[in-house]
Amino acid sequence: MNDMSRLAGSAIDVETPKILARNVNVFYGDTHAIRDVNVDIANNTVTAFIGPSGCGKSTFLRCLNRMNDTIDSCRVTGSMRLDGEDIYDKRVDPVQLRAKVGMVFQKPNPFPKSIFDNVAYGPKIHGLARSKSDLEEIVERALRRGALWDEVKDRLHAPGTGLSGGQQQRLCIARAVATEPEVLLMDEPCSALDPIATAQVEELIDELRRNFSVVIVTHSMQQAARVSQNTAFFHLGQLVEFGETGQIFTNPEDPRTESYITGRIG
Amino acid sequence: MPFHWLILILIALGAAGYLAGRKRALASADGDVRQLHSLPAYYGWNVVISTLVPALGALVLWLVLQPLLIENRVSNLLPQELIPEGSSAGLVMSDVRRLATGLDKAVAENVLTAQQANSMRPELSDIRARLGEVGVALGSDVRPEVMRAAQAYRRATASGTRLMGFCVLGLAIIGLVLSVSRTSRDFWARNAVERAVMALLIAAASIAILTTLGIVLSMLFETRNFFSLHSWTDFFFGTTWAPNFRGDSELSILPLLWGTLYISFIALAVAVPIGLFAAIYLSEYAGKATRSFAKPLLEILAGIPTIVYGLFALLTVGPMLVNFFGRGSDGVLGVDWMAGATSVLTAGVVMGIMLIPFVSSLSDDIISAVPQSLRDGSFGLGATRSETIRQVVLPAALPGIVGAILLAASRAIGETMIVVMGAGAIAKFSLNPLESMTTITTRIVSQLTGDTDFASPETLVAFALGLTLFVLTLGLNILALYIVRRYREQYE
Repeated sequence: MNDMSRLAGSAIDVETPKILARNVNVFYGDTHAIRDVNVDIANNTVTAFIGPSGCGKSTFLRCLNRMNDTIDSCRVTGSMRLDGEDIYDKRVDPVQLRAKVGMVFQKPNPFPKSIFDNVAYGPKIHGLARSKSDLEEIVERALRRGALWDEVKDRLHAPGTGLSGGQQQRLCIARAVATEPEVLLMDEPCSALDPIATAQVEELIDELRRNFSVVIVTHSMQQAARVSQNTAFFHLGQLVEFGETGQIFTNPEDPRTESYITGRIG
Repeated sequence: MPFHWLILILIALGAAGYLAGRKRALASADGDVRQLHSLPAYYGWNVVISTLVPALGALVLWLVLQPLLIENRVSNLLPQELIPEGSSAGLVMSDVRRLATGLDKAVAENVLTAQQANSMRPELSDIRARLGEVGVALGSDVRPEVMRAAQAYRRATASGTRLMGFCVLGLAIIGLVLSVSRTSRDFWARNAVERAVMALLIAAASIAILTTLGIVLSMLFETRNFFSLHSWTDFFFGTTWAPNFRGDSELSILPLLWGTLYISFIALAVAVPIGLFAAIYLSEYAGKATRSFAKPLLEILAGIPTIVYGLFALLTVGPMLVNFFGRGSDGVLGVDWMAGATSVLTAGVVMGIMLIPFVSSLSDDIISAVPQSLRDGSFGLGATRSETIRQVVLPAALPGIVGAILLAASRAIGETMIVVMGAGAIAKFSLNPLESMTTITTRIVSQLTGDTDFASPETLVAFALGLTLFVLTLGLNILALYIVRRYREQYE
């Protein structure tokens, strides 16, 4: 299998983890959505969360930048540290946290603005650009990292909503990258895209690994195998198995992981 | 045949048709419903529709046309010299109608026999006294020509009504027989009923549209009459509004239009920021509990009759403003800029309060329609709530909000009661918001109330004003709908 041979060669940085989650529990009202999850997100790696629908992988992802704060009934316990700092500490402003932990969503959601303004949005609100030419540089760099520059450089002031689905998603990735986050969360970024656009985004994710830690939620096991170095398998709100992607896909320890990967549960 | 009998017979025919259609359909399929093209009830309804729709249509048409035709014929019977000086044929005709209904009533109460009613001659009998017995008071003694016309009117009405009964029943029976004979198991009764339902819906929709057309046409005719009496250059380009009944009125719309636009502008200046901020709070910040009571509470404001707002303007806001800006050294500010409670500011502020729920409710709907994914996208980039609202939500909702504001503006321009009570009655060009001014709507009210003569330009000007107002608000509404529609296309 081609995918399998590729992941055998991908190297893993063994450093102090970027994000350290310990005994994380999440409740929606009375529903216990996540139970005692422990995950380490390493620097400059792609970590994939896989698991059947409703297993809590997206919920957990959204805990990493406190997007769940916008849901009233949601409660998070346990410890979650970004570079050793508890992100659920009262002194941490979720707005600042999200500037460090960027997010890309399932459906491309470009703002109803021009392509340029879409990418410039984050740098502007965080004051990253000192001048107009500085901002233009940031936008160009972000669009290049998003592998979109060549396609849109002549129409930067056309509306972002006029791009194709795959281009829109790459625009959203460029937009997230433009604020220079340290971690990039991706919630099923390819589920609304066709195979060609998916391949482009996957290639992009592999590129992004050089500068960021990437966490990606995916329903496609092939995708997890292709792009990630570490994989976490969630089932019914629990983290069943977490390890190197090669290990998980070729030699899983837990029988549930094996069943899911071979298609028996899910 | 009395009218209610006709209706009862039609209902009975319809019911019988339903049963007959159903039964015949079932019989044609040997009692097996699955052999039928449609469910048995559809066959029944198909017969009911073909029985009643042509019959009732003919009935309505007949009821509308018969009086017109008969009056036309009877009024030809009346000699010209009967019509007194300064009166019209219509007045004499109403005498005829009155006498005819009087005779009907006398016959019904057995004061007169039908024979007597038809042959009675006013020269020989005291018809006025006889009719007085049954409670029909006639203004003067009945003249023979009028009596003869009334008798002709009665005869024509009676024969017309009889003919109507035959025609309507005939149509009903033809429809019944035809549709029952057509009923068989291969007949597509369900499709026929569906077509009838569609026709009903189309009829309802066209009534709404035709009414608008009717309003416009009636205004157009009266406006044409006005412009044949008064120069249109004075109406559109003159600068003075000074109606009098000496025949040399200056009737220009411009001072009124100025008052209307000025008051509407102040109203929007009050309503748009407050309404918009309220909408943003409700849709973006308020929790579920707050929203669930604050939104209905705000919308209650929209249900208050505008006359109540008018009272509020006259009794509360006006005196309060006078207290601030008037009364010289006794006032709060110690200035004497405002003489009375009625002013542009009074009417504008109160109208603005009236429009707040309008703006906030529409804007709230539009802001809530902005996809959550856009907010998530902005939050995910580390934007705060107000940054997200200012830079993502509002720009996305802007076309819809502009549409809402234009709709509010067209309400402000057409608003009457608040300005009648709060704005005053002086037509003039002035920039001072503390002065009284007047609007198009209040002038329409004042030109049409009281003793009016529908042949003078001073009265007819109301229609020209009304038509201008109609065109103005129609234009605003079309613009608003256009903008709102363009916005809708964005997220589908």
